[in-house]
Formats: sequence, structure tokens, C-alpha cells
Amino acid sequence: MLELQGLSVTRRNRPVLDRVSLSVAAGELVGLIGPNGAGKSTLMEAALGLIPFSGASNLAAMAATDRARAAAYLPQSREIAWPVSVEDLIALGRIPWPGGGRGPADRAAIDAAIARMHLQDFRTRTALRLSGGEQTRALIARALAQETPLLIADEPIAGLDPAQQLACLRLFRALATEGRGLLVSIHDLGMAARFCTRLVLLDKGQVLADGAPDQVLTDDLLRRAFGITARRIDTPDGPAILPI
Amino acid sequence: MKPLFATLALLVAALFAISLMTGPAGIGALDGLRSLILGGDGPMPIVMREIRLPRALLGLAVGAGLGLTGAAMQGYLRNPLAEPGLIGVSGMAALGAVIAIQTGLSLGTALALPATALTGAAIGVGLLVALAGPRGGSVTLILAGIAISALAGAGTALVLNLSPNPYAANEIVFWLMGSLADRSMVHVWLALPPMLLGAALIWTTGRGLDALTLGESAASAMGVSATGLRWRLIAGVALIVGPATAVAGVIGFVGLVVPHILRPWVAARPSALLPASALGGAALLLAADIAVRLILPERDLKLGVLTALVGAPLFLHLIWKTRSGGRV
Repeated sequence: MLELQGLSVTRRNRPVLDRVSLSVAAGELVGLIGPNGAGKSTLMEAALGLIPFSGASNLAAMAATDRARAAAYLPQSREIAWPVSVEDLIALGRIPWPGGGRGPADRAAIDAAIARMHLQDFRTRTALRLSGGEQTRALIARALAQETPLLIADEPIAGLDPAQQLACLRLFRALATEGRGLLVSIHDLGMAARFCTRLVLLDKGQVLADGAPDQVLTDDLLRRAFGITARRIDTPDGPAILPI
Repeated sequence: MKPLFATLALLVAALFAISLMTGPAGIGALDGLRSLILGGDGPMPIVMREIRLPRALLGLAVGAGLGLTGAAMQGYLRNPLAEPGLIGVSGMAALGAVIAIQTGLSLGTALALPATALTGAAIGVGLLVALAGPRGGSVTLILAGIAISALAGAGTALVLNLSPNPYAANEIVFWLMGSLADRSMVHVWLALPPMLLGAALIWTTGRGLDALTLGESAASAMGVSATGLRWRLIAGVALIVGPATAVAGVIGFVGLVVPHILRPWVAARPSALLPASALGGAALLLAADIAVRLILPERDLKLGVLTALVGAPLFLHLIWKTRSGGRV
């Protein structure tokens, strides 16, 4: 679904991404981890062809409309410019599809996205008057309404309460099980270890590790990328990772 | 939302009719309508067809154009303070007209003034394209527009400053206030085709403007080309605002206030705001043009003065509402 080969991005003569190769297949929930400034957001935008890059990305090679039907993108900055209702906000996800955005297929997609993010009570509320976490959920629902096989989300659980973080990652895992592919950047290493099928550790624009969560979250790699040591406690509900 | 469009359309139709019936000639409504459609002998058909019809048509077109471009600019810049004059095209059109009056070109033929104004508008667009460039973002566009507006304003002031002829200076000042009085069908045929083309261009930006609600990168990820959107928008606004200024002078506040008032009525959706603002702008300008004929019929109250007098307090009221809790 996503195939990146030797992707490099240079901004103002400073290399931000250096020959990154990465793939996301159907059924995978790939967690993108790495320190601030490692190039996670840049990687997502370059993969979608939104910024200039060298190398190859299967998404950027597509025509804009085809790409918009292949991959949905949740940017890190949660922008909502006008006081539209939550339902109208989610309906924006139907823009890449033909028709006026209000046909039966659109209705079904919007209703499904609202149900999956448990936003039924917010439907008619003004999106700008919601809390930050609620806005994030509405924007995730917007990306879901795009009904693409691939979902690229930049820090989707940042700003969500613990219950909503769990609900969101469970939903993403369910989407992967249904056969979709997801690339999600995430800072909570414990959550990443519990829910992602694969982790990609990015540092200084390069892929430091790519593999199953316990192969990536090793003491050595965490020290090299984040400069921390992490205590790992295995619990019946999955590993807990405590940065020290 | 349907009732809103029906109400606005009825309002515009009613105001258009009232505009046709208003004037110093004192023609009865039915007589006027008959002579407008059927013609006949005497001065009545001439008054209706050559004086009142172009005035009402221009009120409709200029008002709708200002409302539409205001809504489009606000949607594109995601800023409720944006207005059609922001890109500097209306300022350059005004400068062109001022030069035509100053040099006496406008005395030669009736078309000289709008033609030079259109030339000014075209130069303004050229400057804008050169300054904002193909890769510039919305901030570059605003800055370029402000620079061009300032330049045009300085040019206008210079012409007034150096004007040796007080009559020309007087005429310039009055022209700058904006008016629809004494326009002919020639003005209508000059302004209407480019304005319709511009409206068609802006019409195609609706979904793109909706997508921009989520920010530029989310919009481009949904297949909305930021560059394509910007060119269509600049061309559309210029094709409407240039001719509108060329035939009617500078009329402020319509493009700023109308989208602002109507936004809550269309659930804040930028694409729905486009047609609503076009209708609202037409209604506001037709009403203002009727009012200038009724309030001070003998003193020639200028249209732009009235729209500013009405628009500024309306805008203050909106700021007041914004301040006390609700958002724009």
C-alpha cells in the first residue's frame, strides 16, 4: 500500500530525511517512533507528495485524486478554520469522491465514521467549540470518512484522555485486521508496543530500526535515539515501558 | 438552508423592481414596466431602458460580485477580515480611472474612463502575479496585495496633489466615492462579460475552499491543488473586482460585511457561503442604491459613502458579538 524507496528531503540545505525506505502492507498498523525533529511528519508529507523530495514514493506518483482515494492523512496541526458542525466537518472527508458529498454512499461513510469514533452526541455541535481532544476525534473521523485503504495519522492520540487513547488505538488495530494499512506516529512507547504490528524507529532523518516492537524497543536503540534508558515490565495486559 | 436562498432571491428580485421604479422622473410602476418591456413613444421608454435599467443591472452585478469575491477571499485566506480589495486590483483600477479623469481622457468618450480603469486593474494583476509568484503561499498573496494597494493609493494621492485643475480634482474625489448614477447600457456590456467569467471561475473553487477548512496540507492530501485553487481565485476576483470598480468606483464594506452576516445562516460552510453572499451583496447594494436616491435626491449622495456608513457600524456590531463570547 505504501512503498518508499530512498526517500530524501532537504530543507534550506539541511537534510531532514536521508534515504528512508519503508513499506506498509495491508493488515499492518505501523508505528512511527522517534525523538522530536527526527523527521516523522516530514516523512509522512513527503510520502504523500505534499513537499518536494528525491527518491520514490508510490503515493506521490499517483494523480492527486487517485492518491486521495488511496490514502487519508491526519496532519499534526489540528486546523479547523470555520465554526462548522461536527457532521459537516466529517463530511469534508468525502471531497475526493465523485458526487456532491451527500449521496447514499457518502451518508453511509459519514455515519460509519461517526459511530466508530463515538461522536453521535456531537453530530450537530460546532466543531470549534469542542475541547482539543474532541476536535482530534472529529478530525480522525474525518479521515475515516475518506474510506481509503491506507490511513496516515500524525500523532493521532496526542491530547486524548487515556480511555480515548485506548479506544483510538483499538479502532486502528481493528481497521488493520479488516485489511487496511495504517502508518501512525506515536510518542507513547508503551502504547506503541501494545498495539502496533510493527515499529519503525526514526532518528536524525534515518531509519534506525524497523521490525516487531520488541526488536525495536531495545535498550541500545532507545539510548541511541532518545538518550534514555527504559524499564520494561511485562504485565498480563502487555508490556509497560517506563522511561527513566 | 433552502429557505435562506429563496428569501434572498425574493429580496433581490423585489429590490431590483423597486430600483427600476425609483427616480426623479416620477414614472408609475405599471407604466414604467410597460414601457420597459414594450417600448413606445416619448421619453418614458428611454428613461426606463437607458437610465434605470443599466443602473439596476449594475447594482445587481456589482453587489453580487462584491459579495461573491468577499466570501471567496475569506474562504481562501481562512480569515473573516479578508475582502475583495485585498489583492490590490480595485486600487489599481481606481488609479487608472483617476488618471483618465486627470488627463481629460474621460471627456473624450464615455468608455475612456472604464477602459483605463480596466487597464489599471490588469497592471495590478500582473504585478500581483509577479510578486506572489507561482509558489508563494497565502501570506505572500496578502503582502503583495497590500503593497499594490499602497502603491495605487500613493499614485492616486499624487495625481490629486499635482492636479492643477480644481474641477478635475473635485471630479476625482467624487468618482472615488463610488456611484451607479448616470451609467449606460454600454457600461453594463463592458462589465458584465468579464464578471460572469470571473463568477464561473470562483464557482469552481467551492469544494476546494471547503477542504481548506482543514488547513492547507490536509486539503492537498484530499486532492485539492493549492496552486490551482489560488490561480482560479486570483483570476476570478480580478475579473469581477476590476470591471466592478471600473464602472462603479470604489464601493467598500459590501465584500467584507455580507459574508460575515450570512456565515451563520449557511452553517459556516465556505462553498454554501459563495452563492448566499452573491445574493446578499446584490440585495445590499440595490438597497443602498435605492436609499441614495430617496434620502437626499437633490444632493447626489454617493453609494460608497452610504455603504461605508451602514457597513462600518454593522461590522462594529459583529466585533462586539465576537468579543462577548461567540466566535466569528
